[in-house]
Amino acid sequence: MKLAYWMYAGPAHIGTLRIASSFKNVHAIMHAPLGDDYFNVMRSMLERDRNFTPVTTSVVDRKVLARGSQEKVVDNITRKDAEIHPDLTILTPTCTSSILQEDLENFVQRAQLDSSGDVMLADVNHYRVNELQAADKTLAQVVKFYLEKAEKKGDIRTDKTEKPSVNIIGPTTLGFHNQHDLTELQRLMTDLGIEINQIIPQGACVHELKTLPRAWFNLVPYREVGPMAAKYIEDNYNVPTVQVTPMGIVETARCIRSMQKAINDQGGNVDYEGYIDNQTRFVSQAAWFSRSIDCQNLTGKKAVVFGDNTHAVAMTRILAKEMGIRVVLAGTYCTYDADWFKEQVQDYCDEVLVSDDNGAIGDAIARLEPAAIFGTQMERHVGKRINIPCGVIAAPIHIQDFPVGYRPFLGYEGANQVVDLVYNSFTLGMEDHLLEIFGGHDTKEVITKTVSAESDLNWTKDGLAELNKVPGFVRGKVKRNTEKYAREQGIENISAEVIYAAKEAVNA
Amino acid sequence: MSEEQTALNFECETGNYHTFCPISCVAWLYQKIEDSFFLVIGTKTCGYFLQNSMGVMIFAEPRYAMAELEEGDVSAKLSDYDELKRLCLQIKRDRNPSVIVWIGTCTTEIIKMDLEGIAPKLEAEIGIPIVVARANGLDYAFTQGEDTVLAAMVNRCDEKPQLEPEAESEAEPKKNGFSRLLNFGQKEEEEATPESEYKEHPPLTLFGSVPDSVETQLSLELKKQGIKVSGWLPSKRFTELPSIEQGNYACGVHPFLSRTATNLMRRRKCKLIGAPFPIGPDGTRAWIEKICSVFNIEPEGLDEREAQIWESVEDYVELVRGKSVFFMGDNLLEISLARFLVRCGMTVHEVGIPYMDKRYQGAELALLEKTCHDMGVGVPRIVEKPDNYHQIERIMAENPDLVITGMAHANPLEARGFSTKWSVEFTFSQIQGFTNTRDLLELVTRPLRRNNNLKELGWSNLVQEEDAKRITV
Repeated sequence: MKLAYWMYAGPAHIGTLRIASSFKNVHAIMHAPLGDDYFNVMRSMLERDRNFTPVTTSVVDRKVLARGSQEKVVDNITRKDAEIHPDLTILTPTCTSSILQEDLENFVQRAQLDSSGDVMLADVNHYRVNELQAADKTLAQVVKFYLEKAEKKGDIRTDKTEKPSVNIIGPTTLGFHNQHDLTELQRLMTDLGIEINQIIPQGACVHELKTLPRAWFNLVPYREVGPMAAKYIEDNYNVPTVQVTPMGIVETARCIRSMQKAINDQGGNVDYEGYIDNQTRFVSQAAWFSRSIDCQNLTGKKAVVFGDNTHAVAMTRILAKEMGIRVVLAGTYCTYDADWFKEQVQDYCDEVLVSDDNGAIGDAIARLEPAAIFGTQMERHVGKRINIPCGVIAAPIHIQDFPVGYRPFLGYEGANQVVDLVYNSFTLGMEDHLLEIFGGHDTKEVITKTVSAESDLNWTKDGLAELNKVPGFVRGKVKRNTEKYAREQGIENISAEVIYAAKEAVNA
Repeated sequence: MSEEQTALNFECETGNYHTFCPISCVAWLYQKIEDSFFLVIGTKTCGYFLQNSMGVMIFAEPRYAMAELEEGDVSAKLSDYDELKRLCLQIKRDRNPSVIVWIGTCTTEIIKMDLEGIAPKLEAEIGIPIVVARANGLDYAFTQGEDTVLAAMVNRCDEKPQLEPEAESEAEPKKNGFSRLLNFGQKEEEEATPESEYKEHPPLTLFGSVPDSVETQLSLELKKQGIKVSGWLPSKRFTELPSIEQGNYACGVHPFLSRTATNLMRRRKCKLIGAPFPIGPDGTRAWIEKICSVFNIEPEGLDEREAQIWESVEDYVELVRGKSVFFMGDNLLEISLARFLVRCGMTVHEVGIPYMDKRYQGAELALLEKTCHDMGVGVPRIVEKPDNYHQIERIMAENPDLVITGMAHANPLEARGFSTKWSVEFTFSQIQGFTNTRDLLELVTRPLRRNNNLKELGWSNLVQEEDAKRITV
């Protein structure tokens, strides 16, 4: 057992559901107790999705515990198949079904007989993998399923597209700024004259997966989700993988050069150097920013970076290499992929921390006292508590990290966004210090001198105690309204009862 | 209770509906019981739910945590007793609570972890009371979590507060934690006019967790009738749990507390006052009247009080009058809210509800039926264990003016032009008593007011034609 207040990566089934609900017309059926469908709330609230989340639960209740699911799971799958005709239904195990050890594979086979769509069991074990690993695995499983199916049917497409083309593998629903990243990557491909063969899983259709081998190469922008699917395609259909996250000016250039090599290795003849140079020096603002005197002020400032592998690595490199900021600690919660992380950041930071215990990270931040933190929502709150500004760079995230405006982290526009994020974090920190040095805004007196400051009224003790139960931000208003009411009614002593009588009277 | 309520039509569907996991009760209970610590013994799934549904609360050093089960725990390689002891000692060291509440989850049920058996032993060993509540998704929905916790707390109620000597509490048997708190600082006045404000009646305990201010408001309402609330379950602190003796009266303030009520009756030999719940001025009035009638007290001034409240909220009632509402059902407040909204002049298409205890909610059901007759509208169909898919089909067919629903369906319904109110807010807002009527209507009318403001724009339907009819995918 582990005492835990906070977790960075969610349980395995969340990963599977993220993949399932990213595809078009794929439905997931969770084998889970009542209340485990919280994923639907997150998708509906965080992503503000307009459509119903394609996830339903085959509810595990006492009856199921007593006699097994029997027909229930099969019935639920075939019912959904008849109601909404999904192309694919993914039966999703949860922590509960992991220990019930029912033969879900058998349910899938039986349900397949009566379903017009495909049915599949997500091969993820709650106790062995987390959300990110499960997402990677499930995506690979879906890809493999449809490529094998196409092989059997003989309608697999392995002929290369006429022009150089790419599969973008990895953007998902509920991924950190994934929608904006995707738009930016599509724009980059257009600029480079690379056709997009497929984007998976976001918005993809499972019946199109048979054309995946037609691409000249796979681009995997995120370390966490996509590598397994890309590797399967590479191993079986010789489609090379470019696995460089184009985040920051330097890495975007490296990514473009890798794509150039992949294309030219297959007889293409492209040269992107001119494009890179033009973008870097004149179009994107990030390179110029790092040269400007604003950025000079950031030289040697201390920062802590923490997040998933993709974003923490990229951020560490941007801060250290592109902005001259001293990264005193770089960390990740992707403990299962720690070696890669260490190798990527060791030259760019003083200290490496691999942990999913937010206490350890909080302690390290308190000890190092950086000028800014770049982390998850959890680090933002650590920062709040000890007065250090924080830019959020990775999940876990809240609704404010799903902006409506265009905010990619990848590509050249992404580099601009990162500059703003970094710069705003540091200046805010400096302003804060200046305010402290000069004694803050001199407004305290003015604010507290309210109408009721010179009160002729007497608050009884229970009245005061009751007033103190009112949340601080409205207490002043409640006090004023109550006193106004008391004056009107000619009441001298304000008790708890008077407060509520006032509330009823003036709708305070 | 009464048999005439059969006029209401009860149905039962598949139970395929969205609701919160009952472990969510820790979020409001840890705030209510100030010296408690809630330990949820479950998996990452439970933790993920809590962390995401509690939002910013998680960052405020909450007095709750997960005991996250790992593979070794599930396969019984590790001893449950030793593991729990290790964690509880850590909690004792870091937080020093007066009680640790263990929340059993689906996983502890399935692996049959004997929490009720381990707790007394560990309690004796570490010297902190351990209360076990099995608030799991196999058996319960959302607010029923509070029911399991309070039902478990009932058994702790006879324990005298630790700091209070036996003799003193015997001398003043009615003076329990809650009234002490109310009288804080006013002791002298109170003793000068000790019981004169109250009429003679047997001790009354109220049960149900409400914010402190609502607790005061409801107590004051009863005080106006000369009724003294001698205890409240839960109290502000675990060490101040009310003492409950055989023959005491108890009355619930929430519709979802059937197990707590049962425990108070069966194990503590309390007499349960089956009343409608104090939600809306009509419910509050009926609640007070019922308590008065049990104590043979003639209620005073309730007519004017209720009328005055209705008058003060007429501007909001006007907005809902003649409109229709559909409850998808997820928190068991539905019957009381439907009854209140019918009284406001709405018609109710359907009341979905996770679980319907016809005995505990008997008086509320009777009032719902009576209210429908009084207002001249048909009785709603009550759907227990609803099926959300079929409900959405019905919503699309019936086209209600307002859908009260969970967050999973609220945005998709809004995008299809329906006005929705997120149901969880009723659980987290102050809706009880006369005083909070306006707040309650504030919630109900908010979508209508907002959509009125936007009506001119012509943007009510925001999904593509091909998606509009789709319920999923």
